[in-house]
Amino acid sequence: MAELEVDIVAADGKVWSGSARQVSAPAADGEIGILAGHTPVLSVLRPGEVRVIPGGGGSPQRWTVEGGFLSVDSDQVTVVVDAARPVAPAGR
Amino acid sequence: MAGQQRVYKARIRSTQSLKKMFRAQELIAASRIGRARDRVSRAVPYSRAITRAVSAVATHTDVRHRYLVERTDTRRVAVLLVASDRGMAGAYSASVIRETERLVEKLQAEGKEVELYVAGRRAVSYYTFRRRQLAGVWTGQSDAPQVETADEIAATLLDAFKRPGAEGVGELHIVFTQFVNMVTQRPRVIRMLPLEIVDGVEGTSAHTAFPLYEFEPDPATVLDDLLPRYVRSRIYACLLQAAASELAARQRAMHTATDNAEDLIRTYTRLANQARQGEITQEISEIVSGADALAS
Repeated sequence: MAELEVDIVAADGKVWSGSARQVSAPAADGEIGILAGHTPVLSVLRPGEVRVIPGGGGSPQRWTVEGGFLSVDSDQVTVVVDAARPVAPAGR
Repeated sequence: MAGQQRVYKARIRSTQSLKKMFRAQELIAASRIGRARDRVSRAVPYSRAITRAVSAVATHTDVRHRYLVERTDTRRVAVLLVASDRGMAGAYSASVIRETERLVEKLQAEGKEVELYVAGRRAVSYYTFRRRQLAGVWTGQSDAPQVETADEIAATLLDAFKRPGAEGVGELHIVFTQFVNMVTQRPRVIRMLPLEIVDGVEGTSAHTAFPLYEFEPDPATVLDDLLPRYVRSRIYACLLQAAASELAARQRAMHTATDNAEDLIRTYTRLANQARQGEITQEISEIVSGADALAS
C-alpha cells in the first residue's frame, strides 16, 4: 500500500517527519482524513488535534495544534502549525 | 623618572583587565553562534512550506488580496530596523542604521512619510538621542529572538498595514543584516508588503511546478490565513539572521580587540623597561660623578 510522506513543521523547527498510513487534521470545514492518493488540497486548520498513523504500524502520534494549514500534493503531506504539543498516547 | 615607570605599569594593568573582558565576550559569542545558526536552519522547513503554499495559491487563483496589491490611498510607509541590543560588535549596528538612513532618505525623496519601527536597544538609543519619533520599539532579545516576539512585531506591522485611509501604511520595508558566513554579514533591505512572491531559494518555474489544489474552505480564506503567517515567518527569519550576524560580528570584533590589547601590552612593557633602564643609567652616572667629585 502506498504511503504518505509527512512533514509537520512549526515556526522554530521540524516537529515530526516520516512516512505514514493516514493523517487526520482539523480542517476549516471539519475533520479531514488523508490517505495515499488524496487529491491535492490546501486547507486552513482550526485549533484541534492532528493525528498521524505511522507507516510501519504502531500507535498513532497525536499533537494538539493552535491552528495552521495543511497541504497535500502527490502523497506529500505538509502540516504547518503555529505550536504543536504532543498528546501522550492513550493508556499511558 | 620613577613616575614614568608607574604610569606605564598602571596602563599595562588596565589593558590586561580589558583584554580579559574582550576575551570573555569573544568566547561567549563564539559559543552562542552555533546555536544561532542552528535556529536559522531549523526555521527553514517552516518558511519553505509556507512559501510553497503561498506561491501555489497565488499561481492558481486570481484572488486579489490586500497584501498583494499596492495601496494608493496613503503615502505612509513602515520601515522595520533590526539591530542589536548591545554594542561590542564592531560596526554591526552602525552599518545597519546607516542602511536604514539611506532607505529613509530615498523614501522621503519619493514623497513618502516614513514610520520607523525598531528592534534592538542600540538603534533605539540612536534614534531617541536624535529625538526622532519611533512608531514601535522592541528590545531585550536581539541575540536570541523568540517566535513570540516575531509574532508581536508582525501583528503590529500588519495592523498598521490594515489601518484604513491615510493613517495606514502602504508599504513595509525591513532592514536587517544577512548572515552570509562567519566573516561576511551584509546589511539588506527587503520590501515585505505589498508582497512580491518570489521564492528566493528555489527559483520557481511557476507554470509547471504546482499541482491543481483544492482549497478548503476557499482560496480567499486560505490566502487570508496564509499571508499573515508568511509575513510572520519572514520576520522571524530576519530576526534569526540578524542574531547570527550580530554574534559573528561580535566574535570578530572582540577577537580584534583582544589582539590589539596584546599589542598595547607589549608596547607598554617595552616602554616601561626602557624607563627602568634609563633610571638605572641615570642613577649610576649620578653616583659615579658624585664619587668623581669627592675624589678630585
